[in-house]
Amino acid sequence: MSEKLLEVKDLKVYFEMKKGFAQSLFGKPEVLKAVDGVSFSLDKGEILSLVGESGSGKTTTAKAILQLVPVTGGSVVFNGEEIVGKKDLSEFRKKAQMIYQDPYQSLNPRQYISDIVGEPLMVNELVSTIEERDERIREALEEAALVPPEDYWFRRPFELSGGQRQRAAIAGSLIMKPDLVAADEPVSMLDASIRTGIIDFMLKERDLKGVAYLFITHDLSLAWLISDKIAIMYLGKIMEIGSAADIVKNAKHPYTKALLDIMPIPGKTLTGKRKILEGETPNASSEIRGCKFCGRCPYVMGICKETEPEYIEVSPGHQVYCHRMKEETEDE
Amino acid sequence: MGKRILKKFFFSCVTIVFVVAFNFFLFRIMPGNVETIIARATTTEAVKQRLIEKAGLHRPLLEQFWIYMKDLLTGDFGEAFNSYDGSSNVLTVIMGRIPNTVILLFCAELFAIIAGLIIGVICAQKRTTKLDTGLLSGSLVLYSMPTFWFAMLLIFLFCATLHIFPTGGIFTPGRHYYGMAKILDYLKHMILPMLCMGILMMGCYAITMRSTMINILTEDYINTAKAKGFSTRYILLHHAIPNAMIPMATIIALNMAAILGGAIQLETLFSWQGLGQLMYDALNRRDYPMLQGCFFISAVAMILANFLTDVLYGFIDPRIRE
Ligand SMILES: Nc1ncnc2c1ncn2[C@@H]1O[C@H](COP(=O)(O)OP(=O)(O)O)[C@@H](O)[C@H]1O
Ligand SMILES: [Mg+2]
Repeated sequence: MSEKLLEVKDLKVYFEMKKGFAQSLFGKPEVLKAVDGVSFSLDKGEILSLVGESGSGKTTTAKAILQLVPVTGGSVVFNGEEIVGKKDLSEFRKKAQMIYQDPYQSLNPRQYISDIVGEPLMVNELVSTIEERDERIREALEEAALVPPEDYWFRRPFELSGGQRQRAAIAGSLIMKPDLVAADEPVSMLDASIRTGIIDFMLKERDLKGVAYLFITHDLSLAWLISDKIAIMYLGKIMEIGSAADIVKNAKHPYTKALLDIMPIPGKTLTGKRKILEGETPNASSEIRGCKFCGRCPYVMGICKETEPEYIEVSPGHQVYCHRMKEETEDE
Repeated sequence: MGKRILKKFFFSCVTIVFVVAFNFFLFRIMPGNVETIIARATTTEAVKQRLIEKAGLHRPLLEQFWIYMKDLLTGDFGEAFNSYDGSSNVLTVIMGRIPNTVILLFCAELFAIIAGLIIGVICAQKRTTKLDTGLLSGSLVLYSMPTFWFAMLLIFLFCATLHIFPTGGIFTPGRHYYGMAKILDYLKHMILPMLCMGILMMGCYAITMRSTMINILTEDYINTAKAKGFSTRYILLHHAIPNAMIPMATIIALNMAAILGGAIQLETLFSWQGLGQLMYDALNRRDYPMLQGCFFISAVAMILANFLTDVLYGFIDPRIRE
């Protein structure tokens, strides 16, 4: 049976927005709810994709799980241990890593590639000799298809292409043999032609070493291709979560359906009209009383603007954040 | 790398040639008749004639320029109209003054850089706290404080009231120390002017360092390092501060001119026998040959400093080397 690796419950990250001096004296500060009650769980070696438009709080969710932004509320249990508020994170830090969207910013421009990849080994005392360190770096570079490793050893990030940099960044995260990697849109800044190679590299690491990925993307078709589970995010909230098949073949939430409607499917030419979601995503700092999606939902009802919906489990592991689900299940 | 340095070196040389020419004409168009100035400085007609003859002052301007260039290239800076430190040979006097200025400015600069760097890092690390606000306001006050005012404040406080430091000069007059005691006496005289200049410059470096560090601390590679479990201390020393040194180097280089300018005020106020005070004295006496020599030396020092910063950039920022 699969083991539970990560359990996120009601995770919240609120940012206080700084305003003008006069406003900061009178009246309470504006609060931006970047992540507002996110819950999901992840097994060892599993891939969960977090899909949503930009600004929906995907990056902040990942950073909150990795304790890189202050967490406002909720709990993160990793390998059976509560992480939020824990003083000594050193063990957790070795086991949970993050990969960033922009490989032009996630690598220290002054370091050699070999130092970037091998730094965690020495600093965290995972190896005891230089020879051992060099051997591990060589292996990691080879796995990342940066071959021959000697060619990359004394190069700096700016001498590499975007794809090579991202490979180096991933190699530097994977060298610590983490259990969990949060990958924040790792291929969205790269040319389409090199995306496959990087995705393959990441999937291979999962198959060989059992790394679990929290894979962040705004590309639903990519999520479908690689994930076990998919969570659809909107304004800091998960709208619908379930297995990849549940989400793509049996979507319940109007927002998921709208995303699927505009998803390109290979081999299918566009026929008929697509339903395109109307309106814009509201600002994350605006106060929404009822359902987060009520402003753009084509099926909006009176209750949607008044009270927040609860998560309704439509089938095991498939949860939907929508008032209409309640009626449907009650009707049956 | 080699090509880049060679190019910089070439441009430095071109700049020096321009400075040399400018230096010559600047003093010829300054107000005041040369002969009356010399007359005021010397008493005998023979000496006056000799001085005019030596500087070629009775010849046409272009010929004077030719003499000036020729002398400069052979290392002859000419004779000053007045005598300083017991000599009137421009080069001898300047060379005698350079060590004092270099030691003072170097120590002040070093103090300012180290203190500014530490304050900037602390502010960035503790930003938006009371400590940060306090240090930042203090730095801004220092940054905008006039040198002479701060110097007089220090002299009043430490010399006139507390009697901790001597009011000025380089050595205690009337005492003849040797060896270690002499060095200590020198340092005792240097501390106050050094602190004065160092503290004033520190504000500027602290502000620069703070804003640079705040930017760098939100970079993804810092977050990556955090996620990899590196300690805050390690991240600061190995990732953040080295990258923050690039903008710092620019500010330090830009500050060079201001420092040399500040040295004139500082040395005059503390009677520190350096190049700055020499310039002030020479200016008061309209001593063209001496002023020319001082300007030439400080201009060359500036150009050299800029050249060295450019070379240093290559080491600080690997991206520039290509
Ligand atoms: N450090 C921060 N301070 C204030 N607001 C932030 C901060 N980080 C993110 N946000 C806000 O939180 C919301 C979610 O951002 P983010 O998690 O980056 O979304 P995504 O990754 O899905 O594009 C956005 O409205 C963004 O402006
Ligand atoms: Mg993002």
